Amino acid sequence: MGQTFELTVNGERRQVEADADSTLLHVLREVLDLKGARFGCGLGLCGACFVLLDGRPAPSCDVPLWSAAGRTVTTVEGLADGDVPHPVQRAFLDEQAAQCGYCVSGILVSAAALLAEHPEPDESTVAAALDRHLCRCGAQVRMVRAVVRAGQAKADATGATATRTDAGGTGTGAGTAGVDAGTAGVDVFGTVVDR
Amino acid sequence: MSVERREVAPVAPPLPRGVVGNPRLARWVTVERDGTVTVRVGKVELGQGILTALAQLAADELDVDLAAVRMAAASTAEGPDEGLTAGSLSVANSGAAVRQVCAEVRALFVAEAVANLALDPDTVTVRNGTISDAAGSRRTSYGELAERVDLDREATGAVRPKPQHQARWVGRSVPRLDLPDKVSGRPRFIQDLALPGQLYGRVVRPPSPAATLVEVDTAAVRLRPGVRAVVRDGDFLGVVAEGEENAERAATALAAAARWHEEPTLPDEHDISRFLRAGPAESIPVPDPGHAGPAPTNPAPTNPGNADPGHADPGAAGRVVRRLRATYSRPFLAHASMAPSCGAARWAEDGTAVSVWSHSQGIHGLGRAIGMGLELDADRVDVRHVESAGSYGHNGADDAAFDAVLLARAVPGRPVHVRWSRRDELTWAPFGSAMVAEVEAGVDADGTVLTWSYDVWSQGHTARPGYAGSPGLLADTHRNRSRPTPPAVDPPARGGGGTTRNAWPIYTFPERRIHGHRALRTALRSSSLRSLGAFTNVFAIESFMDELALAAGADPVAYRLAQLADPRAREVLSTAAELGGWQRRGTEENVGYGIGFARYKDRGAYCAVLAEVEAVHEVRVRRLTLVVDVGRVVNPDGVRNQIEGGAVQATSWTLKERVRFDRWRVTSADWESYPILRFSEVPQVDVHLVDRPAELSVGAGEAAQGPTAAAVANAVADALSVRVRDLPITADRIVAAL
Repeated sequence: MGQTFELTVNGERRQVEADADSTLLHVLREVLDLKGARFGCGLGLCGACFVLLDGRPAPSCDVPLWSAAGRTVTTVEGLADGDVPHPVQRAFLDEQAAQCGYCVSGILVSAAALLAEHPEPDESTVAAALDRHLCRCGAQVRMVRAVVRAGQAKADATGATATRTDAGGTGTGAGTAGVDAGTAGVDVFGTVVDR
Repeated sequence: MSVERREVAPVAPPLPRGVVGNPRLARWVTVERDGTVTVRVGKVELGQGILTALAQLAADELDVDLAAVRMAAASTAEGPDEGLTAGSLSVANSGAAVRQVCAEVRALFVAEAVANLALDPDTVTVRNGTISDAAGSRRTSYGELAERVDLDREATGAVRPKPQHQARWVGRSVPRLDLPDKVSGRPRFIQDLALPGQLYGRVVRPPSPAATLVEVDTAAVRLRPGVRAVVRDGDFLGVVAEGEENAERAATALAAAARWHEEPTLPDEHDISRFLRAGPAESIPVPDPGHAGPAPTNPAPTNPGNADPGHADPGAAGRVVRRLRATYSRPFLAHASMAPSCGAARWAEDGTAVSVWSHSQGIHGLGRAIGMGLELDADRVDVRHVESAGSYGHNGADDAAFDAVLLARAVPGRPVHVRWSRRDELTWAPFGSAMVAEVEAGVDADGTVLTWSYDVWSQGHTARPGYAGSPGLLADTHRNRSRPTPPAVDPPARGGGGTTRNAWPIYTFPERRIHGHRALRTALRSSSLRSLGAFTNVFAIESFMDELALAAGADPVAYRLAQLADPRAREVLSTAAELGGWQRRGTEENVGYGIGFARYKDRGAYCAVLAEVEAVHEVRVRRLTLVVDVGRVVNPDGVRNQIEGGAVQATSWTLKERVRFDRWRVTSADWESYPILRFSEVPQVDVHLVDRPAELSVGAGEAAQGPTAAAVANAVADALSVRVRDLPITADRIVAAL
């Protein structure tokens, strides 16, 4: 009963066979095996499933496949340029701007869209742009700081001058997050599948 | 690096509890030939960064690079049982166990190296996993000795963990180990699980908690595309199908094919305080916690008679010149995790054993409860932890796992993956109980408290799997309607209590009487939500302290300090006032400042919050300044992240959140009917850590909840001269209080 649809996902033209009414989120996760967009509510109210549709943030849980056909879809997996993370992904790591991270995929794509349009947003612009996203852990303060930082980093990279925010926050005894890099592994998902 | 001259105790100090319960070193640690060290703990990652903090402790004890440590997901089959990941205890408890185990492992490797290479035992050192002596001509490593050192032996306690000042990793803001995956969208959550041959399950819940299944015609559903099984077990109803969409559609059809009988069994949402107070209830007297910190070095200057906190002053009541009283409440609150709960299960082909994947906070307890529910021996159930979104307490994780177990039983050999809907998550997962607190104080002519009487009513705060002799799993009660869930219980006082958590005020009141009342009937199913009763108790105590200060014509910060002896408490409180702009109080129209303070669980983290709010039509929290003392800090940025998140979440609880219900069912089933704080409403949050390297590390995860609520409420009162005592502080509540 499935039909064939063509869409561009993270720069690649993909043909998918699925029902016309399947949600874009289902197609991404279950057909194309891109698990970055998350299911949160199924009603377009939480932002966990957001992707860029022709460059604009959209809730993929609420977009039927037929309406995505022929369009360009960018998921969180498509933000990086090869092995080089998108500046906003880099800034999220530098600011340690997450707790559980479930909402992060959607927030990152919305932030990337914002930065494409407003390369150096201020905090209130960022908060307004992310207002369709919920974060239950309360990491919003860091996320806003990270997006502002990503804008400044891009500006720095293009030769403009910008003042950086203090990455370590205002606390005493702060080590700037992200610089004490030691990268131990967490073998979390590897134990899941039988060996 | 450290010189191998560790102190060997003449009498071994007691082993950490986690090690006593799981004494075999191999249960905790495996050293690989390539030099990586796999550490298995019983605690689970909930987005709080615990695995990173424990990896730091392990790397320090072993003298290896942090990159050499691999933290394994908790597993009942392979890892130690450390109970629940709850109560802000993981750093303290699991941290102590990891340090002890790793210290012993290191000693065994060093001994093997000394014996094997004839190293000088007086100068042998370990550095980045390499073992050598001062001469430096011979060296070996953990990896080279991995197969020679047998860790399948018991911890002895003969080696002590390293002195803390030798730490290389602890105390640093090491980046979270789990974030790179999460920021790049890699599969990592249980919702992303794709087991070989995986089927998808969906549960059709009753339309209301008391609904019973009258009839269901499953024949048509069985014929739908991809359906592998329709399961009816009492009033538990669900489907298993190839492919998630087939399962969703079949569940919709099954729901339409079911007929239920419903009853209006819920109490009046608007009168929940009366429901809680009417009883029956278990009365819980609250004794002096007795360890309110070191002896006061700076007794309250205006209160010399009170310098001996917690000891009754028999004459106090006689000096009372005025009594004040107030009642505070909060509604039921939802965990409202961003991810609907999820679980997976696969039965052995012969149906005698089951493997379970769950984001439970207590996989061992879940395994035992599944065994209890299905009359299986505990060793026939193995549970592995897989991360989900933050849970903030006991949400639907365990229930979803049991759903998967029940559905998978119909298809032995095939794994079944179950994901709840948003509606299920917001209406069927346990809630944090509604609570009501009544406080009365007798004060002297200066307004100083002489007598303090406090009563708090609540449903219990724990209904974890296996509680009160019941499986405590949602679907179990639907399978067997003659086995309803018992009322939720409370952790014992030594575990911090539940209803009465933080009900004992830290101040130097001469006479106090404090009682909790745990309801023995259930309005809505309740279990642990971040900080349990402490949120309401601190909100009530600290709101009332402000009311007493205002009645006395005193500055609320000075009023507290005058009745506060604990020096660590005094420091966080006065620092928060100073850094948060207390001196700006009263200078700007419609802007208010409020303070809130507590020491979590009487012996955990100290946290003071200064809130700055703007209140015109709606309350807007502009800034929160938090000062926190968690003793020795393992990961400063990790602590800061937890405190920030707790403060933002508590602001959301305080201003917006309330589980809604009618006489039949919970009606707040989506993000519109259960709103939480949005990006545009989030305050600026500044966190300051008081460095106490000589003190024990305590958890940070729950310390901010109560103080934030009180600070916001006090700031609203300061801005509007209106006291809102019933949460949430909405525009309607403010108007009603005017």
